[in-house]
Amino acid sequence: MQTNDTWKIGGHEFRSRFILGSGKYSLNLIEAAVQDAGAEIITLAVRRANTKEHENILDYIPKGVTLLPNTSGARTAEEAVRIARLARELGCGNFVKIEIMRDSKYLLPDNQETVRATELLAEEGFVVMPYMYPDLNTARDLVNAGAAAVMPLASPIGSNKGLATREFIQILIDEIELPVIVDAGIGRPSQACEAMEMGAAAIMANTALATAGDLPMMASAFQQAIEAGRKAHLSGLGRVLTRGASASDPLTGFLRD
Amino acid sequence: MENRFFIDSEGLSAEVLEKKHKLETDPSCRKNHMEYLPGMEQIESDVCRHVMQHVNTYDSSGYTTKDVLAALGHDTCSIEDFKALLSPAAAPFLEEMAQKARLETGKHFGNTVYLFTPLYIANYCENYCVYCGFNCYNHIKRMKLNMEQIEHEMKIIADSGMEEILILTGESRGQSDVEYIGEACKLARKYFRMVGLEVYPVNTEEYRYLHECGADYVTVFQETYDADKYETLHLLGHKRVWPYRFDAQERALRGGMRGVAFSALLGLSDFRKDALASALHVYYLQRKYPHAEMSLSCPRLRPILNNDKINPLDVGEKELCQVLCAYRIFLPFVGITVSSRENEAFRNGIVKIAATKVSAGVSTGIGDHESKYSGKETDGAQGDEQFEIDDSRSLDTMYKDISAEGLQPVLNDYLYV
Repeated sequence: MQTNDTWKIGGHEFRSRFILGSGKYSLNLIEAAVQDAGAEIITLAVRRANTKEHENILDYIPKGVTLLPNTSGARTAEEAVRIARLARELGCGNFVKIEIMRDSKYLLPDNQETVRATELLAEEGFVVMPYMYPDLNTARDLVNAGAAAVMPLASPIGSNKGLATREFIQILIDEIELPVIVDAGIGRPSQACEAMEMGAAAIMANTALATAGDLPMMASAFQQAIEAGRKAHLSGLGRVLTRGASASDPLTGFLRD
Repeated sequence: MENRFFIDSEGLSAEVLEKKHKLETDPSCRKNHMEYLPGMEQIESDVCRHVMQHVNTYDSSGYTTKDVLAALGHDTCSIEDFKALLSPAAAPFLEEMAQKARLETGKHFGNTVYLFTPLYIANYCENYCVYCGFNCYNHIKRMKLNMEQIEHEMKIIADSGMEEILILTGESRGQSDVEYIGEACKLARKYFRMVGLEVYPVNTEEYRYLHECGADYVTVFQETYDADKYETLHLLGHKRVWPYRFDAQERALRGGMRGVAFSALLGLSDFRKDALASALHVYYLQRKYPHAEMSLSCPRLRPILNNDKINPLDVGEKELCQVLCAYRIFLPFVGITVSSRENEAFRNGIVKIAATKVSAGVSTGIGDHESKYSGKETDGAQGDEQFEIDDSRSLDTMYKDISAEGLQPVLNDYLYV
C-alpha cells in the first residue's frame, strides 16, 4: 500500500478507509473496529450518548479516533440541526453525519430534508457528511449546500445485501468531486472491496461486523478487502473481455496503411 | 352467565352489589360499547375497517404445513404468510420460526436489548373490567401520588440508572385528569430521557398537550379486538367504548407523539385472532404514518388481588413464543416488549429471539419503589398492585443477565426533539 495514500475531510487527514457505523454497538465491536479494522472514524448516535454510569458510549471511544456523531432519530432538517448542536455541546467535535428518516420500516434517508439540513449545518461551521439515497441531482445539491462528503447507501441499512445501487453509486463517484463514502448495506468484505475498486473514498459498515461470528477476524477481513479494493482502483483495473476470447484476426485487418 | 372472572370483593354495599350483578347478568342494562360517549373525539379513519376485514374472516384452522413452509421460505412475509405462521399448523415449526425471527431481529436491532421501568402514579379507576385488579368494584387500597411523591419515586428510579420510564395510571379522568398526568410528564423529563404513557385514551389535542409536557410514546392495549367479547368483559366506564380505544394510537400520532405501542391481552378471546389484529393494527397504521415508531407487547392474563382464578389458560409459553416469532417475521422493524408478567427463564430466552425491550425493577403498586428498591420499611402509604409480576429482577441484575447472554443492554436510544 502506498504510505501516502491518505484522504481528507473537513481539514482532517485519514489513512484508514474504514468507518464504523453506529447501528449496533458494543465495546467489543468498537475495539475490533479500531484494532483489527484500523478505523479512525467512529459514528456515534447522539441519541445513545448519555451521562449515566451504566453505559456511556463516549467512554468506549479510544483517544485519537475521530467521532462522527449522527442525527439518527431526526425526521426533519430542523430536528437534525438540533441534534447536531447537541452533539457539539456534548464535546463531540464539528463532524456530523446527517441521517433524516421519515420511514421507520426501511429507514431510507429523506434526500430533500437532508439537503436542507446540510445547508443549515454547513453555515454553522459543521463538517457535514450526509447519508443519502444515491441520486445525482441530490448529490449536486449537497455539494452546493456545503457538504464535505456524500454517503450513498448500497442497500437498505442492516440488510447486508451489498451494492444493490451499484450503477448509481458509480455515477456519483464519476461526477462528484467530494469523497463518496459508501454507507449502509455492505455485508461482506468482498462487497466493500468492490466499492473501493469502483473508486469510493471509504466504506462505512456496522451490521456486517456486529453480526459476524468472530468479530476481530471479520474486522481484519474488512480492512484487507478495503485495502485490496483501493489498490486495485489506484493501479487501474485490467480489461474485462465481454464474450469469449478476443479475435485473433482483427476486424480492422483489411485497412491498408 | 358463565364467566370465570366474576368475583365479589368485600365491602360493597347491597345497592352496589346489586348494580354490579345486574351489569354482569343483564346485557340490556349495559351501554352500547360501539357508541361514543360525549366528549370523545371521532376521527375519520379506515384503519379499523382494514384490520377487522382480515380478522373477521381469519380461520386459523384452515392453514396447512405447506402454507407454513412457504411462509418460512419467503423473503418478505405477506399478510397471508403471517396468518399461516400464527396458525396451529405452524406449531411444529416453532424452532424454525425462532431461527428466522432471530435473523430478522439481528438485522434490525443487532444484539441490543432496551430496558425500561413502569411507574404507576395512581390506581383509581372508573371502569369495571372484570379481569383487572384496578377495577372499580375491587376492594383494594387506592392511592394517587402527589407531585412531591411522584418526584420522590422518580428520583429513586433514576438513581438506579434507568433512563426510560413508562408512566401509568388507573383509568379515572376524575381522580387523575390530563393536567395531573401532564405535570407528572414534566417532572419525568427532568429525570429521564424517554417518557412513555400508558393511561386512558384521550383526544388528539390532549395527546398534543401531553406530548408538549414531555411524553413521546403512547401505549394503549386494546385488550381484545373481538368487540363482542370485549363487551362482556368491560361492563362499565369509558373504557367500554371499543372504537374510541381502537383509534387511540392514531390520535396520539396526530397529536405529535413519536411512537405508539399496541397489544391485546392474550387469553381474553381467541388469541390467534387477537395477535393477528394487533399486528395488522401496527401494519396499517405504519403505512399511513411511516415516520412513526411502533412496538408490540404481548401480555397474558396474570392473577390479580382478590381473584386467583385468572390465568392465561390456552396461551402457554409455546403459543406465546409462536406469536412473538410470527410478529417478528411479519414486522421485522417493530419493537417487541416483554413485561415482567413473564418469568425470568422465558424473558432470558425470548430476548435472544424476538424481544427488543424488557422491563426491570418493576412494581405495579403505587408509591412503593423506595421499599422495593432498598428493602427498607417506609412510612408513606402505598396503593395495591394491578397484577402480580413474575420477574422481579432489579435493573442491575437484569443488566448483568442480559450482558451474560452475549447481548448489549441499552438504557437509552432516544432524544426528545
